[in-house]
Parts: sequence; C-alpha cells; structure tokens
Amino acid sequence: MNGGARTLEPWRWLGVPMLQVMGATLLFALPLRVWGLALPEPIFALPVAFAWAVIRPSVLAPFGVALMGFFLDLLWGGPLGLWAVCLLIAYGVALGGRAMLAGQSRGMMWAWYGVLTALSMSAAYLFTMLDAKGMASPLSVFWQFLATVILYPFADRLIERFEDADVRFR
Amino acid sequence: MSLRDNPLGELKVPLTWTAGIVFLVVLIAAVAILLSDRRESFETDAYGRTRTMSDKALEPVGDALSAPGRWTGAGVDAVRGYFFAVSENRRLKAELKEMRQWRDVAIALKDDNERYRAILGLQTDPPIPMVAARIVTDSRGPFANTRLANAGREKGVKVGHPVMSENGLVGRVIGVTDGASRVLTLTDVASRTPVMIDRTNARAILTGDGGPNPRLEYLRGQEPVRDGDRVLTSGDGGMFPRGLPVGRAVKGLDGRWRVVLASDRAPVDYVRILLFEDFTVLANRAELDQPSSPPPPTPGGPALLPPPPTAAAPAAGSATPPASRAATPPAARPAPATPAPATPAPKTAAPTPKANGGAAAQTSSAVRSPATTPAPKTAAPKTSGTATPPAVTPAPKTPAPKTPAPKTPAPKTPAPQTSAPPPSGARP
Repeated sequence: MNGGARTLEPWRWLGVPMLQVMGATLLFALPLRVWGLALPEPIFALPVAFAWAVIRPSVLAPFGVALMGFFLDLLWGGPLGLWAVCLLIAYGVALGGRAMLAGQSRGMMWAWYGVLTALSMSAAYLFTMLDAKGMASPLSVFWQFLATVILYPFADRLIERFEDADVRFR
Repeated sequence: MSLRDNPLGELKVPLTWTAGIVFLVVLIAAVAILLSDRRESFETDAYGRTRTMSDKALEPVGDALSAPGRWTGAGVDAVRGYFFAVSENRRLKAELKEMRQWRDVAIALKDDNERYRAILGLQTDPPIPMVAARIVTDSRGPFANTRLANAGREKGVKVGHPVMSENGLVGRVIGVTDGASRVLTLTDVASRTPVMIDRTNARAILTGDGGPNPRLEYLRGQEPVRDGDRVLTSGDGGMFPRGLPVGRAVKGLDGRWRVVLASDRAPVDYVRILLFEDFTVLANRAELDQPSSPPPPTPGGPALLPPPPTAAAPAAGSATPPASRAATPPAARPAPATPAPATPAPKTAAPTPKANGGAAAQTSSAVRSPATTPAPKTAAPKTSGTATPPAVTPAPKTPAPKTPAPKTPAPKTPAPQTSAPPPSGARP
C-alpha cells in the first residue's frame, strides 16, 4: 500500500493523540511525590487542541476537544464543562486564525500557542471566579501556564506529522 | 477501495463552514453543561450520575496505577530503615523520654478536665466513628483541588463528611459512590471552612484559592492572629466537629493571613473519613425534650453556694437559668415557663458512643483530645456570690416569671440551681 496516496484515518490524528492525552493526564494525577515535591499539572490537551486546529478543519475534532475537556473535569473534580469550554475556545480561535498561522516559523507558532494557552486559562480563571465566587491564586495559574506552554514541542510534532498527510488536503 | 470508487468521494462539502458550525454547536452544549453544574452542593443528587460513574471507574484505575509508586516508596523506606536503624533508635528513645513526661502531664490535665466537666455539667461531643481510605488520584491545579479516596457508600461515607490525614484536616467529601469518595480539599477555590485561632478564639473562614496556603478571611477584632498561631476548625455551622487541627497561621507575601496546612507535612496517601453528622443529627431531640431529674451534687459544690432556703423553691428555681445541658452557656437559655424546676440533669461526662459505624469504623482519637472538646471559655458563666440579684428577681406571687435568664448573672456551678432559690433578701 502506498502510504503517500492513502487518506488519513481520523483515529490516527484524532483518536491516538486523545488517548495519549488521557493517559498522560491520568499519570500526572497520581498521588506521587518526587523528592518531596508533587508533580506539576499541565494541561496536556491544549497542545493537541491547538495542533488539530492547525492541521485542518474537521467535523470530529470539536467533539474530541470537548471529550478531552470533560475527561479533565471528571478526573480533576472541577466543574463539569469548564475545561471543555476553555479548550474549545482555544481551538475555535486557532481554527479561525488558521490562515494566519499557516507557514509561520516554529518560534512564532510557539508564541501563538502561548497566547492561546493564556486565553484558555484566562477563561478558566473567569469561569471559576464566577462559579466559586472566589479568585484562584495567580501564582498557581502561572505555574500551570508555564507547565503547559513548554508542551508545545508535542503540538509541533503532531502538526509536522499530519499537516500534509492526507492527499485530499494537498 | 480507491477514493474515486467511493460514492461520496465526489461530494463537495464546505468543510470549513461545516466544521465551524459543529464547533459552535459543541461549544454551546459545553457551556450549557457548565452552567447546569452544581459541584459543591451538599445535595447528593447534585453530584450527578456522570460523576458518580466516572469516580467509580477511575478508582480501580488510579489504585492500580499508583501501586508501583506505593511499592517503591515502601521499598525505599525499608532500605532507609535498615541503614539508619541505630540513629533512629536513638532518636526514638529520646522522643519516648520526652513523651513520658507529657503523658504524666496529660493524665493530670485529663483528671482536671473531667472534674471541670462534672462541675459544669458539660456535654461533650460524642466520639466520631471513622473509616480509613487510600488516596488514588490527586488534582493539584489552580481551578480544582480534589482527591479520590477508595472508600465509599458501602462504608457509610456520606457527602459532607470531614477527611483527615494523620497530621490534620484535608477537606470534606463532596461526592460518594460505591467504593470511592471525592474529597474537596481545603485548598480548592470553592472550599470554605469555618475555623478559629486557638490562642484567641477568634473566628475566620478558611478560603481556598488553588494555592498551597488558603487564606484566612473575615477575621475580626484587634490582632486576632499572630504568626505561628494554631488554627483549628471552629465547628460553627455544624459542618465540621470543633477542634480538628488545620494548620498554622502565617503572613503571606500579599499581606494577607494564610494557613500552612498541617496535612502538608507529609504526603497525603492514607486518610481517615470521619463519619460525622451535623450536630442537629447528633442531638436526640426526643431525649432533650424529656424532663429529667436534678443533677447529682458536684464535688465541692455546696461549699461554693449560699445555703439553700427552706421554701419557695418553684418561684426561685424558675428565675434562675437552668443548668447547662450542652456547651451553650446557661445565661443564653431562657428560663422555663413552668413553676416546677425543670432544669435538666447534665449529661454524664463520659460521652455516649454513636450507634452507626460498622465493622470498619473506628473511633477518632483526634476529636476526643482536649483541644476538640467544646471550650468551656464561652460556656462558663461568671462567678456570682448569690443565685439571683434582687433587682431582677420577679415577685414570688407569680409562679412563672417571664424574666428571661440572660439578664441575670448566673452562678458558677449550675448544679444546685434546681433547688436553690434566690436569697431571702430578694423577696419584698
């Protein structure tokens, strides 16, 4: 079978990364301490949502993004729908600015990813403030932002691998 | 099958528009779900079937995945114990020596405490049964701080039960299913816990913000807290028992008072879920409504009181406040309307054990410590030489005086109030 001429199956670029995100999130949610320090809690779903929007528009991708968000809420015990909405906001903005993002350098894409991560976490901050009637610690939000921003290489790898993988979109 | 053989292969769908519309539909659905969520409600139904099912499914997965970590930790501890056995033995001997001194002090304090309780007729909190559980997942982000424990409904865990580690309070249960409970930690942004400063008895609300050190809010008074003050649960509102250790107060970088949680001293891997019910559930209303016999004479009681008169017991007895039945100060209770001395007998100092619990339930020693019993500071009335001052004593013609008790200074020992009328000088 000629790999270059075949179509890209959704499970390859949507299903497998989604399962990887769920597995990584679950591993980082274990009650482990390394040298007395708790593990960080990055949002593994954000680089995947960003990459999906950059790779191509898809009917299935929003459902995948929402599914990952609901999984995060159920695993972390937060308000149900919080991360589904916040991830969808990042995905939607990246999808809308897809034409602008195309062809940018790696550093520039990383910067855009950082902007969208900040947007998503700002939305989470706002929704949490309205829901719990209390403000989250900005320092804790910053640490989670930092732990998420450094995950861009995973998004970059996903984009490089699947952006040009489907003959129908060449 | 090639692309051209596919009957839908020639179908031209505006993919960008379709994807955009699908995105909007999914976003609206997610917003609707978010708006309808009621996570921190005390209603069991509000937790939702989805959360219940997911917790049930996550519990064995988290338990299995965290097993290697537990085994590794146990192995490291075993190796460390082997190589550092001599130094640890030396340290433990020194600690034992110190603890023996504290044991003697504790015995003396316990004896004093029991006498004071007997004198005051103070009813202490009953012992609280509890179940042990292991934490299988742990979220530490700024927007959600919860833990999943592997004990659930089958062990009697209910929504609202407090959760403690060996060092201090961890949080409370917000969702429960078979085999798993979701614990909202004190650091969660939705967590509000009534606490008090042990030194000053000042009240505050411990408010989580997603960081490691929750804030102390609504502090009142002048200098109610100092650096290093011990913070305990106040028991206000009946959600938590009084006196559970929470942590120590520190001044944060932002200038606000915060608490270094006692439970953070060690990894929270095993917890105790206190099967604590709200105090309105603890109280046996039928028993409280029954008139009871006068309390037994307390040691040293008659020496502190004026000699009892020979007559007019009903009128005088009604003018004095009834003996305290609980931690409520006697002065805060209205006088009984009946002329007969309806003062209830104080409960025994020994607490009545709670009926529920089950086989796995144990008794919490933390809540039975002196720090956890209702503080007599607020319950103890002021010393008074006479039972009732003449100015507020009603006329003896009316068998049921309407003067409320709080206006009268109450005697120190409430026990003889049932038979002790005001002195004869109070009569016209």
